[in-house]
Amino acid sequence: MSLLPIEQIEANFADIHPAMTPAEAAVEANRCLFCYDAPCMHACPTHIDIPGFIKKIASGNLKGSARVIFDANPVGATCARVCPVEVLCEGACVENTLLQKPIEIGRLQRHATDFAFANDLKLFAAGEANGKSVGIVGSGPAGLSCATYLARLGYAVAIYDRRPLAGGLDTYGMAEYKMTQAVSIAEVEQAEDLGVEFLVSTMITSSPPYEGGVAAASADGVVLSEERSISFADLQQRHDAVFLAVGLGETNRLNIPGEELEGVHDALHLIEMIKTREWDSVPIGKTVVVIGAGNTAVDAATQAKRLGAEKVVMAYRRSQKEMPAYDYEYELAKQDGVEFVWQAKPVEVVADAAGQRVASLRCEKTNGSGEQFDIACDMVIKAVGQTKMRSFFTDVASVEVDEKDRVVVNEKMQTSDPKVFAGGDCVNGGGEAVEAAQMGKLAAIGIHDTLTGETAKFAGGR
Amino acid sequence: MADLNINFAGIKSPNPFWLASAPPTNMGSMIERAFDAGWGGAVWKTLGEPITNVSSRLAAIDHGAMRMIGLNNIELITDRPLEVNLKEIAACKKKYPKNAVIVSLMVESKREAWHEIVKRSQDTGCDGFELNFGCPHGMSERGMGAAMGQVPEYTCMVTEWVKEVSEIPVIVKLTPNVTNILPPGKAAQNGGADAVSLINTINSVIGVDVDTMIPYPNVNGKAAHGGYCGPAVKPIALNMVAELARDADFNIPISGIGGVSNWRDAVEFMLLGAGSVQVCTAVMHYGYRIVEDMIDGLNNYLDEKGIASVNDIVGRSVERVTDWGNLDLNYDVKAHVHEEHCIRCNLCYVACEDGAHQSFEFVESNGHRYPRVIEKECVGCNLCYLVCPSPGAITMERRDDGSNPQTWKERISVSPK
Repeated sequence: MSLLPIEQIEANFADIHPAMTPAEAAVEANRCLFCYDAPCMHACPTHIDIPGFIKKIASGNLKGSARVIFDANPVGATCARVCPVEVLCEGACVENTLLQKPIEIGRLQRHATDFAFANDLKLFAAGEANGKSVGIVGSGPAGLSCATYLARLGYAVAIYDRRPLAGGLDTYGMAEYKMTQAVSIAEVEQAEDLGVEFLVSTMITSSPPYEGGVAAASADGVVLSEERSISFADLQQRHDAVFLAVGLGETNRLNIPGEELEGVHDALHLIEMIKTREWDSVPIGKTVVVIGAGNTAVDAATQAKRLGAEKVVMAYRRSQKEMPAYDYEYELAKQDGVEFVWQAKPVEVVADAAGQRVASLRCEKTNGSGEQFDIACDMVIKAVGQTKMRSFFTDVASVEVDEKDRVVVNEKMQTSDPKVFAGGDCVNGGGEAVEAAQMGKLAAIGIHDTLTGETAKFAGGR
Repeated sequence: MADLNINFAGIKSPNPFWLASAPPTNMGSMIERAFDAGWGGAVWKTLGEPITNVSSRLAAIDHGAMRMIGLNNIELITDRPLEVNLKEIAACKKKYPKNAVIVSLMVESKREAWHEIVKRSQDTGCDGFELNFGCPHGMSERGMGAAMGQVPEYTCMVTEWVKEVSEIPVIVKLTPNVTNILPPGKAAQNGGADAVSLINTINSVIGVDVDTMIPYPNVNGKAAHGGYCGPAVKPIALNMVAELARDADFNIPISGIGGVSNWRDAVEFMLLGAGSVQVCTAVMHYGYRIVEDMIDGLNNYLDEKGIASVNDIVGRSVERVTDWGNLDLNYDVKAHVHEEHCIRCNLCYVACEDGAHQSFEFVESNGHRYPRVIEKECVGCNLCYLVCPSPGAITMERRDDGSNPQTWKERISVSPK
């Protein structure tokens, strides 16, 4: 049962950055100076021509505006909502200096991309079929981006994803108050319109079948039913090249006693449950401790508050200044009334009298005192980073990884296997959707170069 | 507290701010509200044979998010019976004896018609007349308005008719829809006008609805050219005012009209020779209340400059307006970028590169890339300074030593033929 009336929860999960009215967009678009060689464009990992798309909003050419955005970033609608704009485009806006108020690039980008979806615009066409085929593992921002550009070049593209819905973290991992699944699904459909084939609920396994079980293990350990399984060798046989965009693995374990108790949850799993918006079935406690202080931890903490938790505490083993979350995410958590316990290392999840459920989290001060203290709670959310899928890369795909288990690629996003490319979180160890989108674009260019010797030009490409 | 009182060609007013003859001066109750708000004078909406107006009548040009930088109007002169207007003029003048009440007139080109309306109107006790020789739309098709003002002989003739019977000052309102403002201005003077006012509105088609393909303003699927006014016309008006003000043979007062929206605009008109200013579009946009800051701002300006009376600024800049041939060819300025104020929008760079003289380059400084002027290429055109959004980031610096001024006229007079 939910802790709050459903209407209240729905209100709590309303867009944190609501859509602009046409009048608001017009005023904001006209405020843009139309910088030449604009800093915002450089700051965007996909190098969207930001002044260009904003001026098109100002002139009333919303179709053209949306095209500029999606031309450089196939997940431009997702990025409009989830990008850390404060440290990217808006952080670079010259109006930070002049007026102390940057142009609201993210919301303008949403305005234009919403128009494209609302009017079902077909902004790009598939290229003339070139008889070549690429298989992509993972349909998150990197995979979707790569697929889009390859389809525009005339490739037959198939995307394999272990989940029932495509879109990866854009569909399953974004805080609900930032974006709903519908946005990610609309971007998936744009790729489908280009002829990209989506094979969902499909696992890629070793060949012969990987003995460790399903290789592309779901982050939360949920075993998908009715899933298909295709061996990596099959994949390579079907396609002229393969692009790995599998992201990261499960949430790291705490490796402390009590981790298996009822009431201990994984942040990504919780976020994924919220995406269903079936509020009655989303687990929530009255007093919640979130372990970790990254952006995912903030997402979990603020959403726990929005679900009705009376008290949410973030426990982090280091100090506030070492907190990995962005400043504005920290501010958001504070605004939502989240409390913080710094320099607190979890040592045990303490059970209730029945030995079943979590009753408190025992922490040890990391200031050298060794002092221990308990934070009473009925829910613990783990947000301490995700594992890398080392075994998948080394045992299934047989590509080289670095000392941090990240896939090693060259400037073409090509792995140690010349017909296997990689991008996204599995290459950079975990980054923003917009960075993954850019890697997908560079991989498409790299694959095209490798298979045909031709140089493909895309907006914001190398 | 500076003295804002003026005596314009014999018309006294507590300040130089008058409402132009237009929709805001349609009737007594409106003008009384305007006087209560602080307007010094008002030129009543043009009297004449009542007309029938169309619907719609107005259309505007916006710039970016800025509404109505230019307005286009196809409304004609008053559509109210003459008797009603005359009664209200008399009542208004009686109630506001210190404010200037000027009556705008326009009738067919017959001496008797002009004599009759002048006589009837001056019985109201009004302070002066303004002859509407400027209206460019509708009335001009009937041989009135701009049709008068565009022919200096007519301007002179009708002015003479009015002066034959008028016992109060007569202002002739000029049309800008001429190639040279001097002949109509001098014709008014020759006809005995006590002053001129300018500019009336400019012929314009303000735009076309790109969906329906019908120009604005749409009157049942068709449009006619209208009179253009508002902030965008100010430079045209300033030029025409200055042309008259600096002409040695023109020496009657000028009431400046055209895009005046605030005290600063008013000061500019007055510096170029206007003894009063008239306002319409800004009031149509924001209401009579704008006069409060016009009075306050003008007063503060005069106090800061140590000028006792507003009349002391009239014409102060006229001697600074000259012919191109009298400009110093050896005066030399160069743009200079001040990095401490530069926000790195690079608008100066692209403007110079594509719109001027390729005088910019980029330099690395303090870890950032800044635009910098290549002085030997810079012609001192001002474009970069004009596009720069950051105050103080670009200045124009004098590079000649001032020792060798030479105008084009001087140069051709010394050059061997």
